[in-house]
Amino acid sequence: MIRRIVRFVDQRAGAAPFVRKALRYVFPDHWSFLLGEVALYCFILLVATGIYLTLFFEDSRSQTIYHGSYKPLQGEPMSRAYESVLHLSLDVKAGLLIRQTHHWAANVFLAAIVLHVLRVFFTGAFRKPRDLTYLVGLAMLFTAFVEGYLGYSLVDDLLSGMGLAIGYSVALSVPVIGANLGLLLWGGPFPGSPSFFPRMYIAHVLILPLIITALLTLHLVLVASRHHTQFRESPKTTEKQVVGVPTYPGQAPRSLGLMFAVFAVLFLLGGLVQINPIWLWGPYHVGEATNGAQPDWYLGWLIGALRLVPAFDLTVGGYTLVPNPFWGGALFPVVILLVLALWPWAERKVTGDDGLHNLLERPRDNAWRTSLGAAFLTWIFLGFMSGSADRVTVWLGLDYAAQIWAYRVLVWVLPVVVFFVVRRACRELVAWERLKSE
Amino acid sequence: MSRIKALLIAAIVLLLGRGRPRRERSEARIVPPGTPDPRAETLVLVLFAAVAVCGIAFIVVYAIDGIGHQTQLLGLALGLAFALLAVAFIVIARRLVVTEELAEPYPAEHPNEVETIEEILDESESRFTRRRLVKLAGTGALGTLGLAALTPALSLGPALDTDALTKTPWRRGRRLVDDSGKPIAATSIEAEAFYTAYPEGADRELIGSPIVVVRIGPGDEGVVAYSKICTHAGCAIALYRKPTFPDTQPGPALVCPCHYSSFDPADNGKVIFGPAGRALPRLPLEVDVDGNLRAAGNFSGPVGPSWSGVRQREARS
Amino acid sequence: MKRLLFILVLLFPAPARAAEPPQGVVANVAQGKSLYAANCSRCHGSRGEGLRDQGPSLKDVGALSVDFYVRTGYMPLDDPHAQPWRTRVLFSEQEIRSLVAFVATIGHGPAIPTPHWRNASVPAGKKLFTDRCAGCHQIAIAGGVLPGARIPSLNQATPRQIAEAVRIGPYLMPKFSRRAITPTQLNDIVAYVQYAKQPDDRGGWAIGHLGPWPEGMVTWLLAASALVATCIVIGRRQKRT
Repeated sequence: MIRRIVRFVDQRAGAAPFVRKALRYVFPDHWSFLLGEVALYCFILLVATGIYLTLFFEDSRSQTIYHGSYKPLQGEPMSRAYESVLHLSLDVKAGLLIRQTHHWAANVFLAAIVLHVLRVFFTGAFRKPRDLTYLVGLAMLFTAFVEGYLGYSLVDDLLSGMGLAIGYSVALSVPVIGANLGLLLWGGPFPGSPSFFPRMYIAHVLILPLIITALLTLHLVLVASRHHTQFRESPKTTEKQVVGVPTYPGQAPRSLGLMFAVFAVLFLLGGLVQINPIWLWGPYHVGEATNGAQPDWYLGWLIGALRLVPAFDLTVGGYTLVPNPFWGGALFPVVILLVLALWPWAERKVTGDDGLHNLLERPRDNAWRTSLGAAFLTWIFLGFMSGSADRVTVWLGLDYAAQIWAYRVLVWVLPVVVFFVVRRACRELVAWERLKSE
Repeated sequence: MSRIKALLIAAIVLLLGRGRPRRERSEARIVPPGTPDPRAETLVLVLFAAVAVCGIAFIVVYAIDGIGHQTQLLGLALGLAFALLAVAFIVIARRLVVTEELAEPYPAEHPNEVETIEEILDESESRFTRRRLVKLAGTGALGTLGLAALTPALSLGPALDTDALTKTPWRRGRRLVDDSGKPIAATSIEAEAFYTAYPEGADRELIGSPIVVVRIGPGDEGVVAYSKICTHAGCAIALYRKPTFPDTQPGPALVCPCHYSSFDPADNGKVIFGPAGRALPRLPLEVDVDGNLRAAGNFSGPVGPSWSGVRQREARS
Repeated sequence: MKRLLFILVLLFPAPARAAEPPQGVVANVAQGKSLYAANCSRCHGSRGEGLRDQGPSLKDVGALSVDFYVRTGYMPLDDPHAQPWRTRVLFSEQEIRSLVAFVATIGHGPAIPTPHWRNASVPAGKKLFTDRCAGCHQIAIAGGVLPGARIPSLNQATPRQIAEAVRIGPYLMPKFSRRAITPTQLNDIVAYVQYAKQPDDRGGWAIGHLGPWPEGMVTWLLAASALVATCIVIGRRQKRT
């Protein structure tokens, strides 16, 4: 039966040689190589659940009065977008399950990408010939940030509406051209023209998913064409030869098992753990706000940065040149993207190592990269921490203003400390190993 | 009766039988044999059956309206189904297929092909006498065309008309109304409370609309109003800090819940904490013959988040 | 005598959250005066006139204020610079009533309110709560932060305490009179808060009604760790042939 299908495909597409190669393609074996796959499976589920959601969502910010089944919002003016999501969540069977699974999948998607990027970075997998693969991956990461932001902003609830106002202010804060940029994107002053929501919608369901899919395809093709990197484990694993498990029969059931595990985790979360209960927040109105509003976790670094920057607009002779949100909201992420994107090139320049690398380094084997990377990560992570300072005030009673001042100092001092500590740790570990083997 | 029996026997044989004997191959095997593991096989069968049960459970829960906690049960059913499927495939991976170790060469570069391609491209240009000029001109042509193609993007919004950012629905004489649309008497504004107000007859969803009114002193002059939209990042300033005992407590402030920018209502909306860089625009007030509050003009500056040159601009009606 | 009373107070603790106070307990103004002297005069003055840098005057605060501050345990406050916070109440029901009765005699203040929230409008209350209260107390009554204070969640506040707090504006909270928030509006607000304590919580475990912060915690501590563990299990090196 299988034989008949294969012959059919080979006669019409000449695919047999390719399939034969693919079946025995070699996968080096390490659990951390599976993290990228986790992200892939999250994306698949995002598209699948997302398609379902598009069948119910109305991408319009025009206002209507609610007369639906949820009593606390009776008579409340709200956008049709919000009302459609309310209806899906509260009145459509399995609607809330699919919606919550979709939102959890988005959060986990980004967590998986972050873990994957960390693995790639700290093992040096981004080195030639995989620097292009790495750049494609970074492009996907930053596209995913925007995609997620647009996704939860489409719902037009109180929290995400506040988030859109902040996004608008960051656009406006770009020096010289900010006002034009903001007016262009929103179609007018905030909250924007009636076509702003349809635009966000099309970007979220069509344009960005297409971009991510194209990048993803390119990414996977590049990975497969160069073959996966490997750790140096035996005399057989060299720069010239990759050793591992073939796709079929060895790797396939493992990948399938992982895929089903990802789906399991996401559907279990989607059914059992509440996420974004928008009926509790209420619809967004320009004149309303709530305490404790936060963006989804993967933008937490940005809210921290926005809160940390001291109170000044950069003025030059009275002319407002750089409004405050620019530093934390625009410059900070751009600097991070640039540092990450230029890293392979910078490493080549500094070390003078221009060769191809197929073997990975353990983090401890490259103390400079690991410690610089750890310091850089600390800098970003402190953004997350300072964005959570209000939580710490609520739980531990620590004064909020005092925390902000502490973070303003820590954000420059702690990365330096981490750099030295991690570098020392790497060197000690390597020395200890050398001693052990003697 | 005998036909049913025959069908049943056929079904059992199909399910439990070993299937057709594999064809003997004379050459050496590609995939090494590996020992059978009937217990693992049985486990996989059980797991697949359990997955089916979960799938049916999903359908049943969905179909029966009376079952409460639909989201949780549906999620549990589906999640469990996938979890069991995952376990089944992991069992297959560990016990029912061989884990081989293969080696493959990493791909090498192709210096010859690269050189050949360079040669093809190079030799194809032999009829040109002014290669650089033609390439430059071509780039210029395509570049300007690209620019032209991008220009309609400016239609997405009034990108060149930044005046739109300074417009607010307030003007001299516009009456303040509360959230139910009723006018607000100056004497109804009490100290230690705060009030949200809107311009009468205007769209409330513009950032120039909502204002916050507080009393900083006695009499009509003691009532002040500010834009409710934070000059930092555009959130509504929904907090009012009012000290019960000024001796030990921080002073009054209008505070934004997003990044905690704090503004002093008694000092023209000056920033006293937080990342906001610009004072809160103040709406001058007057009291009409009925004792109700009206705007005495437009805001002291553009409302909402700042942009380059914002301090050079004025709020317009 | 003061010391004895203080010890007596310690020996008879009352629950921090008094639901409906028991009937038949009679206030004793004289006892209240002694309790006041023992617990409050240090900061509020011997006659409730207030002391600079210690505590405000209690003139005209009325039974409403005292009932609130004492039943929540906000008062007595050890450090005048600290934020009053809900704590275990050490006074008995009788002592509370006596204290309230005594301080109410200092001037003329409002009586203890009784909000009629059961038939009030939750939708109207939500609208009002969003505009007047959510900026500090969070839309789902989880509390929050502002520079200078942490803002309590309302999950433990009784309907009466909510009504009292709105009229007092304790610590840094704004103070809303009957004109700023009418009795009907107050009933609606209380109705909404009561709803929000146990709202329609479909979709599973509510993780605090706080939104993205606990969701991020779940993402990393539950999902990411489960999936990393799965990767480790799947990726475990097997004996290869």
